[in-house]
Amino acid sequence: MTARQTVDSSLARVLREERARLIGSLVRILGDWDLAEDLVQEAAVAALEHWPAEGLPRNPGAWLMTTARRRAIDRLRRDARFRQRLVQLGEEADEMEQPIQTGGPLAADDRLRLLFTCCHPALSREAQVALTLRTVGGLDSAQVARAFLVPEATVAQRVVRAKRKIRDAGIPFRVPEASELPPRLEQVLAVLYLVFNEGYLASDGAVADRRELARDAEWLTSLLVRLMPDEPEPLGLLALMQLHLARVEARFGPDGSLILLPDQDRSRWDAAAISAAGELVERGLRMGRPGQYLLQAAIVAVHATAPTYAATDWTEIVALYDRLLRLQPTPVVALNRALAIAELDGPGPALTEIEPLGERLRGYHLFHAARGELLRRLGRLDEARAADRLALSLTDNPAERRLLEARLADA
Amino acid sequence: MKYMLLIGGAEDGWDHLDEAGQRALYARIETWWDERKAAGELLEGAQLQPSTTATTVRRGIDGDVTVTDGPFVEGKEMIGGYGVIEVPDLDAAIRLASSWPAPDTLEIRPLVTGEMG
Repeated sequence: MTARQTVDSSLARVLREERARLIGSLVRILGDWDLAEDLVQEAAVAALEHWPAEGLPRNPGAWLMTTARRRAIDRLRRDARFRQRLVQLGEEADEMEQPIQTGGPLAADDRLRLLFTCCHPALSREAQVALTLRTVGGLDSAQVARAFLVPEATVAQRVVRAKRKIRDAGIPFRVPEASELPPRLEQVLAVLYLVFNEGYLASDGAVADRRELARDAEWLTSLLVRLMPDEPEPLGLLALMQLHLARVEARFGPDGSLILLPDQDRSRWDAAAISAAGELVERGLRMGRPGQYLLQAAIVAVHATAPTYAATDWTEIVALYDRLLRLQPTPVVALNRALAIAELDGPGPALTEIEPLGERLRGYHLFHAARGELLRRLGRLDEARAADRLALSLTDNPAERRLLEARLADA
Repeated sequence: MKYMLLIGGAEDGWDHLDEAGQRALYARIETWWDERKAAGELLEGAQLQPSTTATTVRRGIDGDVTVTDGPFVEGKEMIGGYGVIEVPDLDAAIRLASSWPAPDTLEIRPLVTGEMG
């Protein structure tokens, strides 16, 4: 690696770690999202000029903050309206130059404020996603656009509108109070999981880009876990993501086709990552009051630690689905529970369980694919083919389509 | 910040209640209104006559004026009242709107005020 490359990758690492903190602090002090982002960008450019010649500073985060602060002062001096903020900036910036605190009061962390504000329920889900990836995740609009397969202009416009709403509608820059935290945390987790799935489920041409998105979501979730170590649900979501990522290599064939759980080569799973994620699940469960993410992670952990598909502890899986269903009585959870029933009691009882879900899941391709599979196991091949064809007509995902087409060709 | 609460809902939304139920709900709204006013969060507001009393005036770019019967948007949910509130931020406005005692829909709109809000 050349010196230049070393600096680039150090800078990328530091920026990723520090960017959200820098933007968060600057937003809190300046109350201006655009200015905050510009300043961090300028500080990053300055780092690229200085660090290769002068070497990495001892505390790169503080170096970036000092640089951003100097530029902020330059800009604010030109604008009399901001005089009050200038005074504040002097005081706050001192605090920013302190070495990074690790045991401090978590509610005061600017990155957490940033994350909760980006995921405020008064913003649309699309805006929450774009803003979170841009400001906390450090992606640019082009990267977000590529990952979500939408035009860059659309992403840029969502971000502009969201920032305008934050300012004009008075969305506060803070971590919600305890009484409001559960539904607000739920919003943050939903955004992170959506981002993760967008990357993890990707199977088309842009796989590499989008897989990176799943890693970004994992990183953001691990940040949330560090900032809210006593909340079980972020822990559950992080474990869930890590359990999926640990097995992603075995999930697709060389031609990009989807390999279902029973057929995956378990030696290609990352056993160390699975075991680490399992510990997160245990830690979460010990806190009590497990929520939907922790229960999902617990289910996936049972799958991930089974030596073979046949040796999976289906009794435990059905028991966990029972708990999940009580918490989240949705037809999709009921469908997944029924598929575990199929392994425990056979396809007949499972089919009986899923038939009543048909009314509500008729537009959901995985309902028809699951129904097709159960019918095939029961030897009802014509009905199975009809269900697979219905599933095929309802999905655009190329990997899923290939799998269904192969099934239809086999039968 | 100042916000307008546009309070709306289906105009027949209370029809399922008997007379005593309607009176009780109205009493709860009155209490809410008085308490918010006393707390200084609610600056002003009023209940509106039903949308059947509405008259819409449209003035075009060229100055043409048309007057028609009815509200300017016909829909299932009608604006039945409004309040102007002053609270620190949107979260406080959402909390206030969430405490509205009747099964209605509330829209929160920030008022345009002088520079720097």
